[in-house]
Amino acid sequence: MNYFPDEVIEHVFDFVTSHKDRNAISLVCKSWYKIERYSRQKVFIGNCYAINPERLLRRFPCLKSLTLKGKPHFADFNLVPHEWGGFVLPWIEALARSRVGLEELRLKRMVVTDESLELLSRSFVNFKSLVLVSCEGFTTDGLASIAANCRHLRDLDLQENEIDDHRGQWLSCFPDTCTTLVTLNFACLEGETNLVALERLVARSPNLKSLKLNRAVPLDALARLMVCAPQIVDLGVGSYENDPDSESYMKLKAAVKKCTSLRSLSGFLEAAPHCLSAFHPICHNLTSLNLSYAAEIHGSHLIKLIQHCKKLQRLWILDSIGDKGLEVVASTCKELQELRVFPSDLLGGGNTAVTEEGLVAISAGCPKLHSILYFCQQMTNAALVTVAKNCPNFIRFRLCILEPNKPDHVTSQPLDEGFGAIVKACKSLRRLSLSGLLTDQVFLYIGMYANQLEMLSIAFAGDTDKGMLYVLNGCKKMKKLEIRDSPFGDTALLADVSKYETMRSLWMSSCEVTLSGCKKLAQKAPWLNVEIINENDNNRMEENGHEGRQKVDKLYLYRTVVGTRMDAPPFVWIL
Amino acid sequence: MDEFVNLKETELRLGLPGTDNVCEGKESIISCCNNNNKRALSSDNEKEIESSSRKTETSPPRKAQIVGWPPVRSYRKNNIQTKKNESEHEGQGIYVKVSMDGAPYLRKIDLSCYKGYSELLKALEVMFKFSVGEYFERDGYKGSEFVPTYEDKDGDWMLIGDVPWEMFICSCKRLRIMKGSEAKGLGCGV
Repeated sequence: MNYFPDEVIEHVFDFVTSHKDRNAISLVCKSWYKIERYSRQKVFIGNCYAINPERLLRRFPCLKSLTLKGKPHFADFNLVPHEWGGFVLPWIEALARSRVGLEELRLKRMVVTDESLELLSRSFVNFKSLVLVSCEGFTTDGLASIAANCRHLRDLDLQENEIDDHRGQWLSCFPDTCTTLVTLNFACLEGETNLVALERLVARSPNLKSLKLNRAVPLDALARLMVCAPQIVDLGVGSYENDPDSESYMKLKAAVKKCTSLRSLSGFLEAAPHCLSAFHPICHNLTSLNLSYAAEIHGSHLIKLIQHCKKLQRLWILDSIGDKGLEVVASTCKELQELRVFPSDLLGGGNTAVTEEGLVAISAGCPKLHSILYFCQQMTNAALVTVAKNCPNFIRFRLCILEPNKPDHVTSQPLDEGFGAIVKACKSLRRLSLSGLLTDQVFLYIGMYANQLEMLSIAFAGDTDKGMLYVLNGCKKMKKLEIRDSPFGDTALLADVSKYETMRSLWMSSCEVTLSGCKKLAQKAPWLNVEIINENDNNRMEENGHEGRQKVDKLYLYRTVVGTRMDAPPFVWIL
Repeated sequence: MDEFVNLKETELRLGLPGTDNVCEGKESIISCCNNNNKRALSSDNEKEIESSSRKTETSPPRKAQIVGWPPVRSYRKNNIQTKKNESEHEGQGIYVKVSMDGAPYLRKIDLSCYKGYSELLKALEVMFKFSVGEYFERDGYKGSEFVPTYEDKDGDWMLIGDVPWEMFICSCKRLRIMKGSEAKGLGCGV
């Protein structure tokens, strides 16, 4: 079958980078499988318990970059207890033993310890890139090991992690010889920062493109940093607090003007809004703006800033922007592709939030919009139908109406028709999150139309098992299904067990599935790990026959080729 | 039926202790005896529960805090919450930051400690060792190069003293004592 020598085929494969495509290539024939596995450098593992490091290394011995995801998505919302799992140490130990030339490690929702970071820093001579997203379990001591031992460190990117800040000197641990940094993101660190060490580090890093500071870096330090790094492309401002006494403000303005490569702005963790005008000169270059942590930037200062950002492709903002603010976005940001509107008032006060009007305005004004996350107080079917008509190109559509079960606020009807219009029009939709009052009907629409849907999040929706069945039967590309507080039970769960082999995982919490239903499933599908998470001692599930009818609080099941995991805590039952 | 009357004291209800049972005539808790009357018993109980709870509906219904809702990452929740707590006006004190042009660091004061503008201004004068001049409704502060201003909810810088005190403490987010040329625009005559 091969008309070319292996080296030529391998060279062709080098141009194929997406892991989905590489997985497809490896299935063509034995020869291609072999060539592909020896040339694969980047591997993505969506569930760290689906495979183990030994098998990974056996198949891909030339591994250079590994991405691992641990806890299920709903762990982000405190639905998964901390000790559930997702430990990275065994992976690092195995990789270290195998002497593979690891250069890049990207982890999401995993438990990372200082010990694992130290081991990582000492085991791989060419280690270049560490990206940690929503991880926990480590301190700045672990960061110090990375800084001290990774001679060729290029990226240290810490996004929204829970890090115990020992207020140590981790920044000073970068040796003077370290000049290779491209990305330095420590915005999530809560403690003080050694400003002198930071400035010296930035000054000796000519390749630094992305710098995201934490709260402890004040405005005058920011100006000095920007002077040291005028080549910066992505900036996260820490504290922007001091009132602009002329000198400090002027210095910042001058420094900002020189940063002509700046394309992405974020942070403003503590902000005095009237200083924003210092950034107006570079706004016309910005493609990404994240003000979702800047609770103090709103009203006219926010609007003025946005009006300068005509090339914006990505905007993350708080709902204090209001519908009027979103109208300004719609008329200014014609290149907008991704919008996220986060709630500023989590206790449900319901003040200057956004409504369906803001969403409609955005859909009308931004033809390139393909990803949206929108938290709002209210919605209507009519609005969603209009949005679907305006934006048939959605890939990700996540709508969160803050009050569960809230109907269309004009007609008091469920929002089935609105979401139905979205899935019908958006033929490329891959991710969908539902909210508001919804019956089984919306799931009928999803099963019928959402052919490309890979991830679906359901909360407080549906009436009967039929709802879940429509989805399981209809969505051929479903990978991750997560459901909470919805009346789906054993009938839906057990209807088509082979479906779960085509999916990465299923989460069901506060639904109607019972222990005996889960046991039956585990019996029928030995290639699944069926986990029952049971933190509440009062809910202790007994083995007796009639207790099997007891409802399961949290069910998490996933396909795996390595069987039951050994590191589960006592409150997790693996059936 | 005296023994059942005494049982009333230990009866479980939804009403507050001391509230009267509306259905006083009925012997509602006929505990172990009448098993055949199960349906009647439960409807009696329902009626009682309804009437007791109607009595307790003086306080507004509390919004139940659902675990993991809204679906916002804990990291984000914690960061927005601390921000809110800093500018929260209910509870202990209304702390706002005070800056003075030229001063190396800011101070914080509790607005709820003062009953009006004169007390507040006097406290500021003592804290930063300056004097504020005299306030005129039309012309602002006269007689000093210092002008007391505050940032309101909309992000605008306002002259202290224009609005009623109650309105001021509700809308004030921070204070700034402007000095010299910057202060001129607010109509301060030096």
